[in-house]
Amino acid sequence: MKILVAIKQVPERDAQIGITASGRWIDESDLNYTINEPDAYALEEALQLKEKSGGEVVVMCAGPERVGSTLREALAKGADRAIHIEANDLGERDTLGVAQVLAEIAKDEAPDLILTGLQSDDLGLGQTGVVLAELLGIPHATLIMHVEKTVTGLRVKRELEDGWFQHVEMPLPALLTIQSGGNKLRYATLMGIKKAKTKETKTLQAAAAVSPSIALERVYLPEKQKETEMLTGTPAEVAAKLVEKLKFEVRVL
Amino acid sequence: MSGVLVVMEQRGGAWNRMSFEALAAGQQLAAKLGIECSAAVIGESVKTLVTELAGKKLAKVFAVQHGLLKDYTSDGYVVALESLLKQTGPVYVVLPHTYQVRDFAPALATRFRQSLISDVIAMHDGPVFVRQLLQGKLNADYKQADAGPCFVSVQAGTFRAEDVEEGAATVENFTPQLEASQIRSKPGELFREAAHTVDLSAASVIVSVGRGIGEQENIGIVEELAAALGAELAASRPICDNGWLPMERQVGSSGQTVAPKLYLAVGISGAIQHLVGMKGSKTVIAINKDEHAPIFEVADYGVVGDLFEVVPSLTKALLAAKG
Repeated sequence: MKILVAIKQVPERDAQIGITASGRWIDESDLNYTINEPDAYALEEALQLKEKSGGEVVVMCAGPERVGSTLREALAKGADRAIHIEANDLGERDTLGVAQVLAEIAKDEAPDLILTGLQSDDLGLGQTGVVLAELLGIPHATLIMHVEKTVTGLRVKRELEDGWFQHVEMPLPALLTIQSGGNKLRYATLMGIKKAKTKETKTLQAAAAVSPSIALERVYLPEKQKETEMLTGTPAEVAAKLVEKLKFEVRVL
Repeated sequence: MSGVLVVMEQRGGAWNRMSFEALAAGQQLAAKLGIECSAAVIGESVKTLVTELAGKKLAKVFAVQHGLLKDYTSDGYVVALESLLKQTGPVYVVLPHTYQVRDFAPALATRFRQSLISDVIAMHDGPVFVRQLLQGKLNADYKQADAGPCFVSVQAGTFRAEDVEEGAATVENFTPQLEASQIRSKPGELFREAAHTVDLSAASVIVSVGRGIGEQENIGIVEELAAALGAELAASRPICDNGWLPMERQVGSSGQTVAPKLYLAVGISGAIQHLVGMKGSKTVIAINKDEHAPIFEVADYGVVGDLFEVVPSLTKALLAAKG
């Protein structure tokens, strides 16, 4: 089975976020980037499927030059090939625009299965995978915890709300968006890092952007929903203050 | 119709409660823009449900019915809604941001060459739709940039189901053209895995642990705190993903929704998916090393500090207070 994994590079989780002077996007100058965590689970699922039933795992990532580090890490973890779709203007494209860029590559690669994370940790729109499937005219399923190859296609375990699940069967080719927690993530081994250097990374130019259907006008810090009383002091002082609050304000003691 | 259309969600004849939050959002958006609001219900037979909706302040209620819409499939819903939208021509389509909507609405929007503005937490004049970025660290204003229709899904708990206005609506049946061959996936029965012996929704005090705990062996200090407080122990998703605590102790959109008297969040940054599961708590206390963590947005009391120092001190102080 040939599996194409669409991954995104996002700011590290603990990054201190600043806003640019224009107020339209975050200040990227001092940020460190990493693989979008749900996409790491998609890659892990792809690698495990390959280990079980053979085939090829190709990773693709759209973005500026810096995404090369995320692609190299995916190769070090075990992906066979990487495709860097060079685009410096992803922020100017909406979900449809980004999915169109990915769809161009996916058409050429013609994989049996496309995997991606259920959403990104930065924009969190949670749509790119579904839109990509729609553009390619292939079936999809979202929030997938487990993937099983059957004679005719796939049987997947889909997560629903409140602890409910459902199995869904579908033919191939198909696209799945992967939920976290289905597998344990692997680390790149030293051997893997060495091997990655011999693997192919193809760089392609993204097609020119078309005018988006929706536009991000402004980013800003959220207004506080509650008046938060911050408690300060040494750990012992803070603990004493908290006990007071729990006794007399919250009344749970 | 050039109005607002709200797509309601039901399963087996029972509403998803969030549908009425989306309905309230749709009514408010329509009122703001001075246009009509209508609603649609999809299923094999939705007669009882549309009768209920006929008592709301809506222009029309569409009963979108077909034998192939008995069980939810993305393909079935996309085809049915695409033809309904083409016939009725709404300018705004409002949906609840449920797992089901996440599964089909992006594909539906794509059929109209649109992008869904998902997980919206507020609407302002314009209309401007507010959504969260970077796990809740920032808010962002989004606007429709072309002729639309504009697709919007609203976050759980953003609008109040009680705010839905009563009135009278005309019911219209809509039977989409749908062939079995158009539905490519085969959905199975719903099932639950965990024994669900832990009912966090009944707990009055919850101590919840997140990523900040670092490693499994550190969870002991949070367990001791929970014991000292007589609290149930809960966790955010990454803790359960790692298998450090069972899935049934997870609070958030994919776990349990809780509303205790006290929710004490230890090392939880407060990603959107977690906050929707606990923002109904009466009092929230957050202990986190990052003063910008979104959990402080919903906290009544906050401690910025090292949980490995604060938590044991608090346990000790609690045990001393109890004598």
